[in-house]
Amino acid sequence: MNGSRLVRWTLRYIALAYLFALLLLPLGVIFDEAFKEGIGEVFSAITAPDAVAALKLTLLTVIIAVPLNTVFGVLTALVMVRSNLPGKRFLNALIDVPFAVSPIVVGLALVLVYGQNGWLGEAFMEAGIKIIFSTPGIVLAVIFVSMPFVAREVIPVLQEIGDDQEKAAETLGANGWTTFWRITLPAIRWGISYGIVLTTARALGEFGAVTVVSGRVSGETETLPLYVQKQFETFNSVGSYSASLLLAVIALVTLLALNLMRRKEN
Amino acid sequence: MAAGTPTVPSSNRPRASVRLPWAGQALNKGLVVMWLGLMVMLPLTAITTKAFENGLDGFWTAVSSPQAVAALKLTVIASLIVVAINAVMGTLLAWVLVRDKFPGKGIINSVIDLPFALPTIVASLTLLTVYGNKSPIGINIAFTQTAVVVALSFVTLPFVVRAVQPLLLTLDRDMESAAESLGAGRWRIFRQIILPNLAPGIATGVALAFARAIGEFGSLVLVSGNVPFKTEVSSVFIRGQIESDNLVGASAVSVVLLAVSLALLAVVTFIQRWAVRHER
Repeated sequence: MNGSRLVRWTLRYIALAYLFALLLLPLGVIFDEAFKEGIGEVFSAITAPDAVAALKLTLLTVIIAVPLNTVFGVLTALVMVRSNLPGKRFLNALIDVPFAVSPIVVGLALVLVYGQNGWLGEAFMEAGIKIIFSTPGIVLAVIFVSMPFVAREVIPVLQEIGDDQEKAAETLGANGWTTFWRITLPAIRWGISYGIVLTTARALGEFGAVTVVSGRVSGETETLPLYVQKQFETFNSVGSYSASLLLAVIALVTLLALNLMRRKEN
Repeated sequence: MAAGTPTVPSSNRPRASVRLPWAGQALNKGLVVMWLGLMVMLPLTAITTKAFENGLDGFWTAVSSPQAVAALKLTVIASLIVVAINAVMGTLLAWVLVRDKFPGKGIINSVIDLPFALPTIVASLTLLTVYGNKSPIGINIAFTQTAVVVALSFVTLPFVVRAVQPLLLTLDRDMESAAESLGAGRWRIFRQIILPNLAPGIATGVALAFARAIGEFGSLVLVSGNVPFKTEVSSVFIRGQIESDNLVGASAVSVVLLAVSLALLAVVTFIQRWAVRHER
């Protein structure tokens, strides 16, 4: 079977070469470029005031967006799977919409609603709340783009486990909350965990939507991905690569976490 | 629905305790509808309204301006090339990851998802570094249409692989052995047995990759150069229109992208329903 082995090897190395050129080489280059000037430079680049401010703002948006998307994601999944709602098909399609919308379009849509001349912008302005070119706008953008992950992970799990146990608990006198905490939540915890990890990764890295709604003021409305661009364009390549390195490490940790969870689940 | 579910409608069954489960459910539904309505529907309605603010003529004028047309053309053509690459390479990768054995396969398998986890601007920076004017391997494609294709290939890499992999895992190998014992060649087995079984996965992956590619922005920012009529894709064009305060024009092109993406989403739903029906 020499011919078969030849085919297999050829296919294997074509696939690996493609992955190497497209994924692994670029990933390696981030590390290489960041550490070119030594680890001290990387450290001082990451601890520069604007970088720290960008990291803080990024974490703040994550801390607000991820819990909201998690709670509403689980709720959405429950409603989709466990109840008969008129127009459920429409809602089901709506869940995936954020994945299909260009980030730039998301940003523009938020400007049209919450911007200076937007539908709700004026009302918020009068109340003294600035949304576009400020933190709330960034948070809204991040919520939008990372919205579907939790629901998408939890829905198939809910469908698979069925509602026999929930019904049994109900018959035995457990109320809705008790049933949820003791029966449903333990069953969907891995789905929720995947969802949270994916939501966090997307929230940390969002660029397009945030770039439209943020005023891109360094130290104020600049998230870490925006910081990467600004530093690159102002020829501070160490700063740009160091921030990229930080984001790449977070991405790798995300992959690791997903893998560990997958292994534990089985 | 699980097999053991009682057929009695839940509202007719006796309740164990005195409470208002109906009210709770209605509240949940209300919250979900409100959340999706406020966060998703409202912004998308605003953009559609804006696009047609100056009537159908205004929409058409904005969409048919030479620069907008050039950007749309590049976006669609580059996305088509990218999904063709994905269809072939994604299926090949899935094949190698399921049927082949080699050291480090587990790591390779988990690295596939990297484009979903890595921020797009980082992807752009790193692709520019590898394939720009300071390329360590001597390939400079920065600011060309090739760069657009490479960047889009990077961000869409996992879609086809992840859609095909589960199908390959559950593919019954007996069929292949049977075909082989009947004298079918490898290529024929692939074409007539394997490929038809993987087709729904490939189609789903391709549709999702296309939807992602036509809206992509972050990964193109640094590497494509954003030259109007040459390397400017629609999302970058929209960004430019926003910056020059032409919100109607920006919205009009956005609506075109939106319509294509939503149509693709419908296609994916259709393929999946079809695949489920034909499984039996």
